[in-house]
Amino acid sequence: MKILVPVKRVVDYNVKVRVKSDQTGVELSGVKMAMNPFDEIAVEEAVRLKEKGVVTEIVAISVGVTASQETIRTALAMGADRGILVETEASPEPLAVAKILKALADREQPGLIILGKQAIDDDMNATGQMLAALLGWPQGTFASKVDIADGTATVKREVDGGLETVALTMPAIITADLRLNEPRYASLPNIMKARKKPIDIMKPADLGVDAAPRLTTLKVVEPPKRQAGKKVKSVAELVDKLRNEAKVI
Amino acid sequence: MVSLVLLDHEGGTIKQPARSAVAAAEKIGGDVHVLVAGENVAEAAAAAAKLPGIAKVLTADNAAYAYALAEPMAALLVALAPGYTHLIAASTAIGKNIMPRVAALLDVQQISDVAEVIDADTFVRPIYAGNALATVKSVDTKKVLTVRAASFDPIAAEGGSAPIETAASAEIPSLSRFLGAELSKSERPELTAARVVISGGRGMQNGENFHLIDPIADKLGAAVGASRAAVDAGFVPNDYQVGQTGKIVAPDLYVAIGISGAIQHLAGMKDSKVIVAINKDEDAPIFQVADYGLVADLFQALPELKAELEKA
Repeated sequence: MKILVPVKRVVDYNVKVRVKSDQTGVELSGVKMAMNPFDEIAVEEAVRLKEKGVVTEIVAISVGVTASQETIRTALAMGADRGILVETEASPEPLAVAKILKALADREQPGLIILGKQAIDDDMNATGQMLAALLGWPQGTFASKVDIADGTATVKREVDGGLETVALTMPAIITADLRLNEPRYASLPNIMKARKKPIDIMKPADLGVDAAPRLTTLKVVEPPKRQAGKKVKSVAELVDKLRNEAKVI
Repeated sequence: MVSLVLLDHEGGTIKQPARSAVAAAEKIGGDVHVLVAGENVAEAAAAAAKLPGIAKVLTADNAAYAYALAEPMAALLVALAPGYTHLIAASTAIGKNIMPRVAALLDVQQISDVAEVIDADTFVRPIYAGNALATVKSVDTKKVLTVRAASFDPIAAEGGSAPIETAASAEIPSLSRFLGAELSKSERPELTAARVVISGGRGMQNGENFHLIDPIADKLGAAVGASRAAVDAGFVPNDYQVGQTGKIVAPDLYVAIGISGAIQHLAGMKDSKVIVAINKDEDAPIFQVADYGLVADLFQALPELKAELEKA
């Protein structure tokens, strides 16, 4: 079985982003970029499925700027077999990405697609669900455990009240939550090997997809800043302040 | 302009985040209809009919909707969509699972996690873990929104008397099956609805120590939450997690115990009215957002806090 793993190049999760003074977005020049952490988990899960013999080929896909090749290389170094970059000028919206991925899925005919549940830049949490909709496949979102057997993906999902388990008829979409696994670090030999793995490069138009955005960003601003308050010296003082100053207890 | 709000419900009651989603729909303007889908939903539908300001309650009663699986629920919403300009749900696990599927089927770019309604086409939403707020305008003719419940005061649970109608039946795809759930049982309020939230972090050291928080939570009627670090370490279950990818809370009082204050955690609680931090590291970033900070060993501070609260 073939598996597709879409990966997104985003601002590294340790970076505290700054809003541009002209309110058009956040400052990205000179900022450290990395693979979206949830996508790393998705890649790791795919590699584990390959190690178990469930999966025969892993294709890492990225939709974005030319430099997203680096993100694909990271996936290849973790164990993906080949890459596809669908080159776009900016980062398209989830609907456009889902349409591109649908076109690639039609071409590649995978049995499973695993994505990160959410990208930590736009925080949309939508691409996996949208792709499932466009393909007419079932979806196991926010996965914390995945078992594949007999054409069924059994997915344990993180939900508001705890965990729930669903059975999906494959082919299926899975989106990875934090506790699905702990992604490996690529070893140096694997990083070297990844340089020789092939990456196909194409444009949305090659797939017949119109990636035009539906949302216009009117402005991006910083949220109201919270002021650091005061330090209290004791628990008694804390309780007194909460009772008599903040009046919240 | 008519909005349809998918209501989260449980045990015959409408959940608080769903009432916040209705509040957002009212800000958009026009009529607001609500959808109660599930199995044996009569009681929940009756509760929905009491929500003030609702023009109509639609019900979809079918075993296929019992566990809110995305595939049949999205098919239902898509079948109902022609009558509506806005399809809305709270950003709960259910809303986040279903609504993007609905949006893609309607060829609409969903707007996730709406924190403010500017007008019928324009919304403010947090990006980058809430470190920036983007105002976005949609050119789609229909809007599909999920709503950040913590950003909208929920409408009252009582006061209305809307008519209840059965929704036209929709196709039920058989792609997925519900196998079971392991839900945390608690007598305490839910994290996203509690007036007071007390969260523990890595500093709690183990799951056993979370019991030090229990009597304080009982005393304050608080929900208990946790940082990602505490959940990853297995101290508490995943549904305790407050943060960018966990639950977003904005209680009157948030008490962070042994939590350093990573960006991702702050994203889930920095809109709380009053923040208290107890941490032995005086340089912990959590103190930069705390209204009251106590530099102390939590293993001393928690028993003291319990004793102090019991005094009055």
